[in-house]
Amino acid sequence: MDPIEESKSQVLKGRDERRKLTIPIQTPTDKDRLVHAYHPDYKKDEYHPIRLGPNAGERTVREVAELLESDSSISADLDLTPQYCVDVLVVGGGGAGATAALTAKSQGANVLLVTKLRMGDSNTVMAQGGMQVAITADDSPVTHFYDTLRGGHHKNDPNLLKVLVDEGPMAAQWLIGLGVLFDRDESGNLKTKKGGGSTKPRLLTCSDYTGLEIMRVLKDEVLNRQIPILEFSPVVELLTDPDGRCTGAVLKNIDNGQLIVVEAKSVILATGGSGRLHIEGFPTSNHYGATGDALVLAYRVGAKLAHADTFQYHPTGSVFPEQLAGALVTEGIRSDGGHLVNLNGKRFVNELDTRDVVAAAIIRECAQGRGVKTPAGRVGVWLDVPMIDLLLGEGSITKRFPAMVRQFERYGIDIRKEPVLIYPTLHYQNGGVAIDVHGQSQVEGLFVAGEASGGLHGRNRLMGNSLLDLIVFGKRAGTAAAKRAKSGPAGKLTLSHVTRFRKELEKNGIKPTRVAPIILPDYVRHEEIAHAATVKQ
Amino acid sequence: MSEPMSESTIGAHGKTITVEIMGRPYAVPEGLTMLRAMWYTGHEVVRGAGCLGGFCGACAATYRTKDDVRLRNALACQTLVEDGMSFYLNFSYYPNRKAVYDLDTISDPKQELFKIYPEASLCRNCNACTEACPQGIDVRDGVWKAVFGDFAKVSEMFMDCVMCGQCIPVCIADIAPNHVALYASRAQGARLTAPPQNLALRVTEIQSGKYAAEWTRILSMNEEELKIAAQPSK
Ligand SMILES: Cc1cc2nc3c(=O)[nH]c(=O)nc-3n(C[C@H](O)[C@H](O)[C@H](O)COP(=O)(O)OP(=O)(O)OC[C@H]3O[C@@H](n4cnc5c(N)ncnc54)[C@H](O)[C@@H]3O)c2cc1C
Repeated sequence: MDPIEESKSQVLKGRDERRKLTIPIQTPTDKDRLVHAYHPDYKKDEYHPIRLGPNAGERTVREVAELLESDSSISADLDLTPQYCVDVLVVGGGGAGATAALTAKSQGANVLLVTKLRMGDSNTVMAQGGMQVAITADDSPVTHFYDTLRGGHHKNDPNLLKVLVDEGPMAAQWLIGLGVLFDRDESGNLKTKKGGGSTKPRLLTCSDYTGLEIMRVLKDEVLNRQIPILEFSPVVELLTDPDGRCTGAVLKNIDNGQLIVVEAKSVILATGGSGRLHIEGFPTSNHYGATGDALVLAYRVGAKLAHADTFQYHPTGSVFPEQLAGALVTEGIRSDGGHLVNLNGKRFVNELDTRDVVAAAIIRECAQGRGVKTPAGRVGVWLDVPMIDLLLGEGSITKRFPAMVRQFERYGIDIRKEPVLIYPTLHYQNGGVAIDVHGQSQVEGLFVAGEASGGLHGRNRLMGNSLLDLIVFGKRAGTAAAKRAKSGPAGKLTLSHVTRFRKELEKNGIKPTRVAPIILPDYVRHEEIAHAATVKQ
Repeated sequence: MSEPMSESTIGAHGKTITVEIMGRPYAVPEGLTMLRAMWYTGHEVVRGAGCLGGFCGACAATYRTKDDVRLRNALACQTLVEDGMSFYLNFSYYPNRKAVYDLDTISDPKQELFKIYPEASLCRNCNACTEACPQGIDVRDGVWKAVFGDFAKVSEMFMDCVMCGQCIPVCIADIAPNHVALYASRAQGARLTAPPQNLALRVTEIQSGKYAAEWTRILSMNEEELKIAAQPSK
């Protein structure tokens, strides 16, 4: 028999045995040992020193270090006559940006939202697993706080974290008021599911379309509130006054290459994560525009980054079929009882341990020869999806995971009957631009919200906390940015920080290897090869 | 920076097939999605790619397969090319009207539908919207259900809707079915479903200061103290 099929049959046969097995959550010591040995965050030779700027002396992955040492695409003598003058410029059309824009607008600010692709094309739209909010009787914001702290290796900023968990229930109420349809139980209460690293069930879900449902509603509301939106207009550089305060931005219309200058009393960066940097060569679950733009934009104007050396590799990225390589298989599958099973049909980790632990354990299994090789040469372990129907009743998978059923069905795989092969995929930027409880960075006038920000999640984000982060801190940043806009006139527009940064590069003998923000990853095949693909007629 | 990922060849098998992209034939390996076939053949894609996971609707494409007369719609990031297929990315941009409304102040959400989208009740049952939907939603039936006030059912049927808008240009009654459904879903969630009690209770607890003292205590701890306090046995 084909080795994949043989291993698969073991998955199906071994279910009863595996169900009897309880694998404890790892102790802090074991956890440390495992992640140090196998988690990509601890691969020393992938890490480079940061040679200039507010985080100089720290280390981060090569891809991010190069981003921070990149050159601006803007020439210092650009004409800075603004085409737009607004109170609040919101950068990014995902969940954090939409929330910040709605909030700033509701406080009377004149808001402009600009985004790289279309409004809503983002990581937010893909979130499947759910949003953590402590609402059940035996749960509390304090328990949510401690769970998150453990998940983050105790490196989370406790003040940010307290705001997250304490304002979580209000954030959920706000979304429901806008029409978000979270799943309910028979009595009309919100249904909750248990996520990895959490001691209580507190994930709110919209089947496996939680992010899509939230994004659809938020976008519609931004349109209802008639907030002007510029799509396909990424920020390519920020603007500062001579004292270093952020006073606006330069956008690029990527349809025609034209630059657009915006003057703003407050700027909110909500540009999301950096999966498309393919850190350490990993495939990613992220959207097309996730190129870590906030990191470089904010760094150049002098904002400090927090935990910019740690990334979340989601334990279950698809490795087969090849077309879905890197695509996410939601944690919901494990929440509902799906087992992780190695080549030999054995479980090897508590499926609901924190993501870094589960990812490290999968990498260990594969490194030690207990992984399954795919025809394209990838390696992975099984995720026993059909278990869910056995545990929760026939039809549960169809009802709970319609998006995933559809995704695999397109390639002829019926996840109700067959396990799927998975391996960790680059998923989330744990750190980002350091913020205070009002979403303010260390640069006056520059606010940051959502995945672009750093400090809240420590060194490993607990699942479901990101969607909550977008809403809670999107609101906070929107409020603070609107308030600041009321306090005075617009500042002067200069590119003095770019000149200063270029001098610093030179002084440190650094020759930038690239121009950033990157905007879109380069996936186009080399010209000559592509040329050869043209069929001669 | 790292080498660009060989994203344009992911999924490629050995066999070469011919596909037509915007009318021009190309030889590509079997196993590519439409979007990867574009990258493989040297196309820069700006408009026409979004989440790359099948959720955002940015990559709506129209295609025809060999020997079939029918034009079909699909998401280009999720659909494999096949020999003899002809396709283009249609960018899913339609300058349709989206009604502007304030959910908080609407008096009767079901009646309001006829005010904000009066064309919804003019559906002529041609079923083109359902045929156009790459998500397999029974769009036509959804529009009728919205008109008859079954907003609950509409919200269930359209949970899969990625708002790609393929149902809009095909409608002979000038309805934007996805927007009609989104209004119905939002009204269902915001106005026609009772707010959840468990959530309301927790909000009241927080607002009445139930946890205030504990927060003061927690936020005065140092990292070591917090570590001990966070032990799960607690
Ligand atoms: C597949 C997947 C599943 C997930 N599941 C969950 C889950 O179940 N629960 C959970 O809590 N979290 C989940 N996450 C994480 C969570 O969805 C994201 O972290 C979060 O949505 C990020 O929101 P954001 O608004 O900060 O960024 P995004 O939603 O990514 O939005 C960023 C926006 O900024 C735009 N942009 C980028 N650069 C620029 C620029 N230079 N100028 C202008 N605009 C720019 C982008 O185009 C995009 O519109 C998941 C993530 C992924 C990828």
